[in-house]
Amino acid sequence: MEYVISVLLSGISVGGQYALIAIGYTLVYGILRLINFAHGDVFMVAGLMGIYFTAVLPITLSIPLVILVTVALGFAIERVAYKPLRDAPRMSVMISAIGVSYLLQNSATYVTGGQPMTYPKIPFLSNTINVAGTQTKWVVILTPFLVLALVFVLTQLIDRTKIGMAMRAVSKDFETSRLMGIKINSVISTTFIIGSALAAVGSVLFFTNYPAITPMAGAMPGLKAFVAAVFGGIGSIPGAVIGAFLIGICETIIKGLPSAWDVSVFSDAFTFALLIIILIFKPQGLFGEAATDKV
Amino acid sequence: MSTDSVINTQNQTAGAADPGSHGPSRGNEPLALHLENVTMQFGGVVSVNNLSLDVPQGKIIALIGPNGAGKTTAFNCITGVYQPTNGLIEFMGQPMVRTYPRGKDAKIYKGQNREKYAGQHVLTPTPDQITQLGIARTFQNIRLWKSMTVFENVLTAKHMRAKQNVFSAILRMNLAEEKRMREETMDLLREQGLETVKDELATSLPYGLQRRLEIARALATNPKLLLLDEPAAGMNPQETLELADFVQEIREKYGLTVFLIEHHMDLVMNISDYIYVIDFGSEIAQGVPETVQSDRRVIEAYLGISEDQEDKSNT
Repeated sequence: MEYVISVLLSGISVGGQYALIAIGYTLVYGILRLINFAHGDVFMVAGLMGIYFTAVLPITLSIPLVILVTVALGFAIERVAYKPLRDAPRMSVMISAIGVSYLLQNSATYVTGGQPMTYPKIPFLSNTINVAGTQTKWVVILTPFLVLALVFVLTQLIDRTKIGMAMRAVSKDFETSRLMGIKINSVISTTFIIGSALAAVGSVLFFTNYPAITPMAGAMPGLKAFVAAVFGGIGSIPGAVIGAFLIGICETIIKGLPSAWDVSVFSDAFTFALLIIILIFKPQGLFGEAATDKV
Repeated sequence: MSTDSVINTQNQTAGAADPGSHGPSRGNEPLALHLENVTMQFGGVVSVNNLSLDVPQGKIIALIGPNGAGKTTAFNCITGVYQPTNGLIEFMGQPMVRTYPRGKDAKIYKGQNREKYAGQHVLTPTPDQITQLGIARTFQNIRLWKSMTVFENVLTAKHMRAKQNVFSAILRMNLAEEKRMREETMDLLREQGLETVKDELATSLPYGLQRRLEIARALATNPKLLLLDEPAAGMNPQETLELADFVQEIREKYGLTVFLIEHHMDLVMNISDYIYVIDFGSEIAQGVPETVQSDRRVIEAYLGISEDQEDKSNT
């Protein structure tokens, strides 16, 4: 029983961390119809920055700084790699995104020398607590609440504020939105800012749970978050969050099955099998709108 | 009531403009919009050719012409959807768009006045900048934000003049501004008779109301110049008459200048102070409604031309 609870707890927490990344994918897709392949690597870079900043600064200063610099990175990537291609075919932007992804990975390899880096212990998050007889890190307990709070703020922002409505308007009709005076470039930048900020928070939560970061550390969580976004219906925020929680929980359960069954190595395979199944049977995902591409 | 006002306007227009003068402004009236030698060329195809026209402030000016004449393209040049290949567009006396064919465009340029704006500072504002200046438009095929409610459609346009950004919104620093915008949006909806449907999705409205909502959304951006692209498309005669009243009403109320494209000749002849007719991208006639109505080239462009007439006109 205690084992089941601990598996579930960590599943929920992993799911929450995927959710924070998945929102970045889904927001950008909703507005630009672009799968931002570099997003997982932005997440990894945020993790590395966590290491470098905490080496010289106190934790209370370095975490806000990580978020700030990640936001700047996301903003810069959009301005440099995507904005000049605004009128280019979608495929060009996608290739640009793949390029940025490799650029970030290789730069990280250059800076770190390719060695796995140990993520610092963040005093509060890494402490353990006794829940229902199992020792759990605080981060595991805290993650789902933090995620839900952030998602709540985000949905309020999108439902009620100028920028949120502008985001919805742009995602529906780019051209009309411009003609109604919406500055699409600032809307798109804001989208990247929000996505990067959430990825930075996600990186702090995610890597606290893991021993080390390599330059490839963003690829897998990024891919899984992407699957979560597709699962929930890409473009939909609640979809991405629910998808991420489901994938996180399923994955952790598979990892936690008795070792005699020898299935734990298939946890990643499960995620991608799920992707294939969704794409076959419900391509628009749980909450996505049926694809009606305007010509 | 509607017939009365229609007759009224006809008398007014007949009295106001002197058929002999060239252009609607008769000299010293301030212009809302001024197009000079505007050419829009897509590859080798010239959609708008050397178009020059004046829209005086406070007037209702119409742009008519057969299908494919380049009317909507002209609107797209004015609103910044397209950057003209050549020409000058002034808004409220200030140059807004100014460009000349450069690079690849210059080699295949088929329009006129190629050198006229060369060497001058090039201005090509984006659509949102042009809307900021005070030009709003509606669309030939209604383009509302489909999955947003009526209220949200108008509020989103209204927000163009709001100052908040993502940070101030999260910190809830703009509550007063937001509240004011919401109230103004409600006022606007009430005026347009849309307040009962304010929470419905824009697409669920009947066609006529969707058109009204499009106009309400355009008005929400506080325009000085309103461009209407075939506002009466798909309307029956009764609705068209109501629309004529409505356009005049909002012009009075908001001190607007209206520039419209229309196919319904009844509507155009009733409400326009001055009419420009284009065909194949070039102006073929202009004048007050009476002059245009009887212009041979206009009738030819609309109704076609028989062969022996063509022979005569060539000689």
